[in-house]
Amino acid sequence: MTILKANFKYNVSWLIIMVAGFYLMNTLMLMGIIDSFIENMLVVIGINIILATGLNLVIGFAGQFSLGHAGFMAIGAYATAIITTNSATAGGFYTSIVVGVIIAIIAAIIVGVPTLRLRGDYLAIATMGAAEIIRIIINNLQITNGPSGMFNIPQFATWPVVYIMVCVTTILIANFVRSRAGRAIKSVREDEIAAESAGINTTNWKLAAFVFGAATAAIAGSLDASYLQTIAPTNFGIMESISILIIVVLGGVGSLTGSVVAAVVLGILDTALQNFGTLRMVIYAAALILIMIFKPTGLLGSHELSFKHLFSGTKRKGRVRS
Amino acid sequence: MEASTLQTFFQQLINGLSLGSIYALLALGYTMVYGIIKLINFAHGDIYMLGAFWGYYVINFWHFNFLFALLSAMLVGAVAGVIIEYFAYRPLRHAPRITALITAIGVSFLLENGMSYLYGSTPRDFPQIIEPVNYHVFGVLISNIQILILVTACLLMVILQVIIKKTKMGKAMRAVSVDPDAAELVGINLNRTISFTFALGSSMAGAAGVLIGLYYNSIDPLMGMTPGIKAFVAAVVGGIGSVPGASIGGFLIGLLETLVQSVGLSAYKDAAVYFVLIVILLVLPAGIFGKNIKEKV
Repeated sequence: MTILKANFKYNVSWLIIMVAGFYLMNTLMLMGIIDSFIENMLVVIGINIILATGLNLVIGFAGQFSLGHAGFMAIGAYATAIITTNSATAGGFYTSIVVGVIIAIIAAIIVGVPTLRLRGDYLAIATMGAAEIIRIIINNLQITNGPSGMFNIPQFATWPVVYIMVCVTTILIANFVRSRAGRAIKSVREDEIAAESAGINTTNWKLAAFVFGAATAAIAGSLDASYLQTIAPTNFGIMESISILIIVVLGGVGSLTGSVVAAVVLGILDTALQNFGTLRMVIYAAALILIMIFKPTGLLGSHELSFKHLFSGTKRKGRVRS
Repeated sequence: MEASTLQTFFQQLINGLSLGSIYALLALGYTMVYGIIKLINFAHGDIYMLGAFWGYYVINFWHFNFLFALLSAMLVGAVAGVIIEYFAYRPLRHAPRITALITAIGVSFLLENGMSYLYGSTPRDFPQIIEPVNYHVFGVLISNIQILILVTACLLMVILQVIIKKTKMGKAMRAVSVDPDAAELVGINLNRTISFTFALGSSMAGAAGVLIGLYYNSIDPLMGMTPGIKAFVAAVVGGIGSVPGASIGGFLIGLLETLVQSVGLSAYKDAAVYFVLIVILLVLPAGIFGKNIKEKV
């Protein structure tokens, strides 16, 4: 009970911020300050937040270097594309998200059980290979319309839907990280042998984080397909996995707040550079190198924005552990 | 029937070996750099692209012959590798490894998009300085370019192996890859050794660029991406850090790819490569030569 009471303040603060953020955006949209161009940017940022926080869970908290996030995103995207083109209802859309998540979980278990035995860069290259295999299979199937991709997918993922999904996945991931499960996966990250000797089933917890990340990636893929209305297998290649990884590292490995900040910063940068044509990617690449050289731990390092710290200030002694 | 199956087999063997020798040359650069600073040098495939573009320009505008084009491309590759190491990787030597990896990806983006910006992204025809001649050996078609690629690649690999095993610098490279701190303690100049490794690996990539230009006849700024990743896969399959492993891995990936293509599954050739990668990593977590060979470069 005391813990609930102690956290009540912080939970309410987050809820107020989320609701207030939603109304602020809505008002700005009604007033015409946010036009469709900026709204498009916001949706892309939202989808990237879901992807980056999910990948940060796997890389930053569980310490498993995965480069296969785009493969799971593809599963969600194609589940939504196929189901909503056959039944274009809101119910169909939400069913398709659930179906995509379930398939992604199954795929993550199939990929994760053997490959999570590998470490570091070997794991990265194996997960990258697995994601490429998923993409190549999609590329050659009939139901997914092969390499040309799918068009005219009905649009259900509007800005409010994306916003709510961002809030829901972020809350889920943040709570997972702060729970007993979160402490278990962090102990696996710090020292696998020590964690195992403390009675933690390292294989299961690594897999749990990997599967959780894959499930959120599938949700992001569903939203992406439904919002853009056009998808093709080439959208989910190695480059997509790498661009998600860039958001995670830029924000700070192990900082969910960092992932959100980096997704917003990169989203704005991307939109601002839209007029530069080919030079856009050159500037983007140069900015990336410079940020990494001068701020190697990412924008926020492993710091989190936490009301607990803001409220309690320096009075750490009286803080209730949660 | 028997003879023609055998002929097809040898034909695919030759094709696979030519492609594989390109992968092997690229894989050598990955394996040496990874062995010495534990970094997946994502920009390596783009040095191969630079080599190909350099070859294109010197042959078209300065009328270099094949040998000079190859040697100058190796030099350009080496210089590019050293510059990239100096400006992008050296400041991050003690940073988290994932940061260095992102920087490598950034360098790769910069080279690809910089070249697209400067020269356009449309593919160009690589000048045919060597008149293609096809030989029929027992019904197997072999072109002189295939022979040239194979011979050049094997020669370069032998030279590399000699440099690593017989010279003082090679010894320093091996020492740094085993333990950088201890190597520094016994008086090895760490920075110079790492620069030398980049120069050596990147020159191989430059050579591979000119060879692939001759073989496929077409170059573009994004040509380095896929072969780069496959060459890294080859290096991992062979056992990263091992020079013979990288060569074997390269040939293996090249052969596998042509084999899958020849049985009519060309849509799945990349999937086959990644599948074999995952299987090999699960059976031999350190790659084929990873355990047998203690010495790493």
